[in-house]
Amino acid sequence: MELILANTVLGVLLVLGMGALGTAIGFGILGGKFLEGSARQPELAPKLQASMFLVAGLIDAVTMIGIGIGMWFTFANPYLGQLAG
Amino acid sequence: MAELADAAHAAAEHGAEGQTVQEYITHHLSYLTYGKFPDGQWGLAHTPEEAVSMGFMSIHVDTMGWSVFIGAAFLLFFRYVGLRATSDVPSGIQNFVESIFEFVESQVNSGFNYKNPHVGPLCLTVFVWIILMNMMDLVPVDWLPEIAMAVGGLWGLEHMSFKVVPTTDPNITMGMSISVFFLILYYSVKNKGLGGFLSELAFHPFGKWMLPFNLIIEIPTLFAKPVSLGLRLFGNMYAGELLFLLISGLLGAYQLPAHFVWAVFHLLVVPLQAFVFMMLTIVYLNAAHEPAHGDH
Repeated sequence: MELILANTVLGVLLVLGMGALGTAIGFGILGGKFLEGSARQPELAPKLQASMFLVAGLIDAVTMIGIGIGMWFTFANPYLGQLAG
Repeated sequence: MAELADAAHAAAEHGAEGQTVQEYITHHLSYLTYGKFPDGQWGLAHTPEEAVSMGFMSIHVDTMGWSVFIGAAFLLFFRYVGLRATSDVPSGIQNFVESIFEFVESQVNSGFNYKNPHVGPLCLTVFVWIILMNMMDLVPVDWLPEIAMAVGGLWGLEHMSFKVVPTTDPNITMGMSISVFFLILYYSVKNKGLGGFLSELAFHPFGKWMLPFNLIIEIPTLFAKPVSLGLRLFGNMYAGELLFLLISGLLGAYQLPAHFVWAVFHLLVVPLQAFVFMMLTIVYLNAAHEPAHGDH
């Protein structure tokens, strides 16, 4: 049981960490391109900003799904249930 | 305030503190479930373990209640303002409702290029309903459940869990996204014909001799749409609520500034997720209305 708990902790940390890594890099590239684009054509800045937020919501998606799964494993670990039953 | 009382309680029981925090979090993460117990009786679950044992034959009463209440409040309020709308100088409330309406209208007009009278109201409903449900997350974590426990105490239900943010329940978010998915399928078949829709799955992006590869690519793409649409909203809101719970459970008296900081961050996520859901609904329905290509 300790082995399951320990490995669950490591698994959750990997999910959260790699999600954060990917999201950070994605947002960085996205923001950089937005700044570049709005510097080239300042009159397009509001439209670009709206599209930027849309894509930001999409980039967040799988990371958040990973967080949800990580929290599920932390507080209601299904593998422990299999051990007991 | 309730959180300070809880924090003081948790700090006082330093010996069993981990257990208390764990119980606190688990209590706040479980739903008020009405369902069928394993022995066949129907009733409200008294502990999270009982709620899990009910399995499929159960309903989250708190989530359903809050989502229906919020939806009804939104519809009644907008209808009230709409019936009293004047083309004269608008009042403040009418201005507010009109600005929301015009925002959604501009997004739908720019993203949806076909004629369908249902898309506009659908997107308005999706946007405002999700924003209102998400905003329940900004009410401090303990307030509404404590009121519910006090009210439930009249019936002997003091320890019932009570979750007030419907969008942290995957049932609600997946329900909305599966409804949108059915609309996608319905309008795809209606505009392209059943044969056209299936041939688009089978013959895009490669030609007909690569049928298995096309199907392997297209079918997961098709099913990824509702799954990602629903889980994106759920994951964002669940993570936000969980962070509020962790702050109030673990930080003792320093939780108030931390709550404030996280609430300010969360204020961005709340309308952003509603906006993303609405935009994706528009984009998917637009793609569903595209007539089939003739050259495949």
